[in-house]
Amino acid sequence: MGSVSLVDVSKRFSLRVDGELQSVQALARVSFTVDDGEIVALIGPSGCGKTTALRIAMGLESASSGRVLVDGREVKGCGHDRGMVFQHAALLPWLTAAQNVMFGLEMKGVRGAELQGTVQRYLALVGLDGSGNRRPHQLSGGMQQRVGIARALAIDPKVLLMDEPFGALDAQTREALQGELLEIHARTGKTILFVTHDLDEAVLIADRIVVLREGAMQEIIDVPLSRPRGDLGSVRGTKAFADTRYHVWQALHAPTRH
Amino acid sequence: MVDVLTDRSAPNETASERPRWRVPSWLITIASVTLVLLIWEWFGRDVNPVFGSYPSAIALAFVDLVRSGQLGTALLESLQPFIAGYLLAILLGVPLGLLIGRFRVAEAGLGIYVTAGYAMPLVALVPLLVLWLGLGFAVKAAVVFLMSVFPICINTWLGVAAVPKSLIDVGKAFVAPNLVILRRIVLPATLPYIMAGIRLAVGRAVVAMVIAEFFTSISGLGAIIINSANNFDTATMFVPIVVLMVLAIGLNALIGWIERRVAPWQAEIAGRDE
Repeated sequence: MGSVSLVDVSKRFSLRVDGELQSVQALARVSFTVDDGEIVALIGPSGCGKTTALRIAMGLESASSGRVLVDGREVKGCGHDRGMVFQHAALLPWLTAAQNVMFGLEMKGVRGAELQGTVQRYLALVGLDGSGNRRPHQLSGGMQQRVGIARALAIDPKVLLMDEPFGALDAQTREALQGELLEIHARTGKTILFVTHDLDEAVLIADRIVVLREGAMQEIIDVPLSRPRGDLGSVRGTKAFADTRYHVWQALHAPTRH
Repeated sequence: MVDVLTDRSAPNETASERPRWRVPSWLITIASVTLVLLIWEWFGRDVNPVFGSYPSAIALAFVDLVRSGQLGTALLESLQPFIAGYLLAILLGVPLGLLIGRFRVAEAGLGIYVTAGYAMPLVALVPLLVLWLGLGFAVKAAVVFLMSVFPICINTWLGVAAVPKSLIDVGKAFVAPNLVILRRIVLPATLPYIMAGIRLAVGRAVVAMVIAEFFTSISGLGAIIINSANNFDTATMFVPIVVLMVLAIGLNALIGWIERRVAPWQAEIAGRDE
């Protein structure tokens, strides 16, 4: 089981511009739910507050008002019920791939043989069973983010939160990882909330797309593509893909609702 | 797993290309030192031996000092307070820098003393330290400690401030307690800065040691410097000075070696093309 909801989440912060204190509304009453096993993409132009919303869901930032629910229960701060995949992977550079995966597990209190076994299992899940001894800088960008995904999944969170996980990768690697993410999702059934600024990525991966503009929800769009999606290359050729993509594009370019 | 194949050929593996032969760094260093010594020898011989000296004369004085056992005794005498003060500076400076860098209250409450302490005119305070600690080992170790603790602490502090926020976030996201974040994320991320501070402190600690020997009970290498200067024996005076500089170079190399052992990823990430 795993669902995550943002309920009426607002975020204000102060910014000093030319010596004057300005209040910036980063998020205004954002509410949506990611249901169990669902993938929801949070999309919007940079500065729209999508990463802030995800960080609030993770507990890395606090909301000015509103609540975050996991399985219907309010959570405060970070917890092992949510696993975070960071932009640029954010691996600890002094640890090997395996030790990076281990870090999250150790923080959860997993010890001994179970620890080793779990690390190996999740490295294998992301296709890195042979590279556990490499340090991050000995891995390509795509491999680094796979380790990031393994680290987050290994603690067996109810919800996986991903912050533009493939944004820094080249197009080919990104497509490969998008496919792998869907495979992992099919195998683990994880609930996933992920932030992206990439229209195609949102439509290819998500069941629903939350469009965020200037801190407010613009629209929630259902993606009428069935699961499993199969070959993502051919999905791109379907009419449903093109229609949904256009729909999201319109939502991103329409005049804001507020 | 489509891109595993392309990934394999990714970083590092280009390094297996055979590099072109280049003049090794150590050879350049030796050539540089030889050249400087030759020039010094050439011009130094024309100078009145009271006003200056030259390498071969210093070498002869060195042999004399070693033979008489004076140099060995003095070195041992000097090294004890040096090592004690220097190690204590590392042991206290690093944790203090971590705390000040990590916690706002510590920074606001203690940072100001560290910044001020770094600029403290220690020489002026030595007489006071003598009143407190006497003329022996303790005061010398204290002077070395006071000179070296601040650069170590400040560097650690700056290092903590430079730790990428995303790495701290990783700790928080996996619910690591504050102390675990400090020990397992902040400390390793700061190591290169800490090692740089420890290196910077070597020079200051050496200077501090000589100051201490000048201004407290005259002893060790500092005593040889003072006594030979008073006797207008300039060549002998240069021996401990050179020994100290060689000592500092050796310590620096040792610290560099330790750094590559404890933080191997750093050299690999920040690698100059060697």
